Amino acid sequence: MAEIQQKGGDSGKGGKQRAKKMSTKIDMTPMVDLAFLLLTFFMLTTTFAKPNVMQLTMPVKDKNLTDEEQTKIKASQAVTIILGPGNKVFYYFGLNEPNDKATPQPDVKTTDFSANGIRQVLLARQKQEPAPIILIMPLSGKAVPEDKQSKYKNMVDILDEMNITNQKKYALVDIPKKDVDLLKKLNLI
Amino acid sequence: MTPMVDLAFLLVTFFMLTTQFRPEDAVVVDPPSSTSDLRAPESDILTLTIDSKKRVFFGYDKAPVMAATLQAVGAKYNVSFTPAQIRQFSLMPNFGVPIQQLGSYLDKDNEQRKALNPGLPGIPYDSLNNQMVTWVLEARKANASLFKKPTYLAIKGDGDADVATVQEVIKDLQENHIDRFNLVTSLEMKPTYVGK
Repeated sequence: MAEIQQKGGDSGKGGKQRAKKMSTKIDMTPMVDLAFLLLTFFMLTTTFAKPNVMQLTMPVKDKNLTDEEQTKIKASQAVTIILGPGNKVFYYFGLNEPNDKATPQPDVKTTDFSANGIRQVLLARQKQEPAPIILIMPLSGKAVPEDKQSKYKNMVDILDEMNITNQKKYALVDIPKKDVDLLKKLNLI
Repeated sequence: MTPMVDLAFLLVTFFMLTTQFRPEDAVVVDPPSSTSDLRAPESDILTLTIDSKKRVFFGYDKAPVMAATLQAVGAKYNVSFTPAQIRQFSLMPNFGVPIQQLGSYLDKDNEQRKALNPGLPGIPYDSLNNQMVTWVLEARKANASLFKKPTYLAIKGDGDADVATVQEVIKDLQENHIDRFNLVTSLEMKPTYVGK
């Protein structure tokens, strides 16, 4: 609009035409925009290429160690967490000794992976009983039906809960037959 | 403005040249999330990918190590490979076929391989024919002799994979005195308030 008005003004002045001087400067803004866009893209893609990892250090296996020599844990310290199907978590305090009449059958409770689930159970237990030892048992093996087997996601979730609640002592163990039997008895799997 | 543009283009060129685009994996997995914010190192990463169909895939991020490992494992199982096959193998990010079928898999072109990928059997890891452990041990040896560096072992499991497969892999490696594992996860925010 401004240009048209200028033209009208020119023609009124008496017709002396002057060659318009072209500016030698070009507008670099779009080019710079593009350059910075590319710069941002390449910077972001290079930084985020490395994946996040969670460290898992397993105990060294010693085949010479007999069952008696292995670490025994006290019933008061033991907390067993079983990774159930459908993102459920079964847990009980104490030990499960079906053959020992002196030990009562543990009271198995069910919870989940939400913020108010297993995390609160662990925090409450840490206050109640100093230095609990957590035994994490994923449901796997031949004794467990194929559709009830634990998912890897839940294993990572529970290891993550150990980090969140600052739990120092925990172990990933294979589920013994007696625990599978206990769950079957209680109709949990 | 000219110096700024100069600098911007210099940086663009730098990042363009240093970026390496990740080649396409033989299998796509969706790792679970965790609050761990540790990052994997720059290089020397051996990745065992475990998908939801109980298949295991092997990958190493250095081409010379891949080539040396292929020759070493091939020698163990009496399978030999042509230089073209070795070259092709060293360029792949990961693979999941038993060594006996690897030769014919490598002879195919990229498109054919891509079509084959969903039906691949994975690397055998059962106790009778544990090729997975052989691959890991040979890769560690190859990296140690070529680059004098330790190997960082990463396990990249699909969230839907079953724990039994992951445990089996971990157990097999433990028997060979590998006790430190790194589970690849995607980052999730730490809860700001833990207690009630």
